[in-house]
Amino acid sequence: MTESLAITKLSDLANPTRFMALVARLVPWLAAITALLFAVGLYLSFKTEGDYQQGDTVRIMYVHVPAAWLAMMCYTIMALSAIGTLVWRHPLADVSHKAAAPLGAAFTLLALITGSLWGKPMWGTWWTWGDARLTSVFILFLMYLGLIALNRAIDDPSRAARVAAVLILVGFVNIPIIKFSVEWWNTLHQKSSVLRLDGPTIDPEFLRPLLVMALAFTLLFFTLHLLAMRNEILRRRVAAQRRMSARIASRGDAA
Amino acid sequence: MKYAFYVFTSYGVAGVMTLCLIAWVWLDGRARRQELAELEASGFRRRSSRPAPETPDEMGGETTA
Repeated sequence: MTESLAITKLSDLANPTRFMALVARLVPWLAAITALLFAVGLYLSFKTEGDYQQGDTVRIMYVHVPAAWLAMMCYTIMALSAIGTLVWRHPLADVSHKAAAPLGAAFTLLALITGSLWGKPMWGTWWTWGDARLTSVFILFLMYLGLIALNRAIDDPSRAARVAAVLILVGFVNIPIIKFSVEWWNTLHQKSSVLRLDGPTIDPEFLRPLLVMALAFTLLFFTLHLLAMRNEILRRRVAAQRRMSARIASRGDAA
Repeated sequence: MKYAFYVFTSYGVAGVMTLCLIAWVWLDGRARRQELAELEASGFRRRSSRPAPETPDEMGGETTA
């Protein structure tokens, strides 16, 4: 990395070339720490005791809960990026929420599938439409798919970003609904047991693998998000160069 | 292990999905870099990666001793 590409203040990230240099430097470290955390997390997930009621199905929680957290965290990051798009017209913000949508969809789908795989042996059903938590997370999944489709439907990336940003901010209303659905309505899904004002209510035996896996999944998300953003910047560079070479070629033909 | 099917299917799905995301990001990046390399090979360069304009010295301007 050359001296001129060094990031000395936050506003330097506004320059996509500097951002790409930062990604190249950060990603190997992030990927290595993620792999290490997954190794420790998976070891703890299968080494720790089963629950006296849930038995070994408690191990599903070490994947399900981090996936569900990421589903909501990803949308929150997209909402912050959407503000960046609408208020500052920042191209990196456009790239950020576009790149995050497929990742959010994947983690939401993972939360839904693993929740279903836990629900069948514990609740006796794969799915129930009457549960506010399940239904609101399913709506989140559909919103991610809608945003991916919208980004693909509009050719002009900055126009697509503005339309998507409005939709993301409108859809953000679903995040508190998901979070508080278990308090507001009588749901089959259990109430919060980790992120509570009075502290976690679960035993450290389960909390330890859960937190390590949550950290591993979070770092996995940031690694993938940075790489997906880099890919989107490259895609835009290719498109811009193709447009310019077509313009030069047509000028040459006219001459 | 009781309920082994549900536990291992959950971890299996998580593993496959993670590998798919890594593969997608990696292959997409490789394809985009290849496209950029092809464009550069055909003689097209980004404005920012073109050589800087020549300095006065090289253009025969005044030099300081």
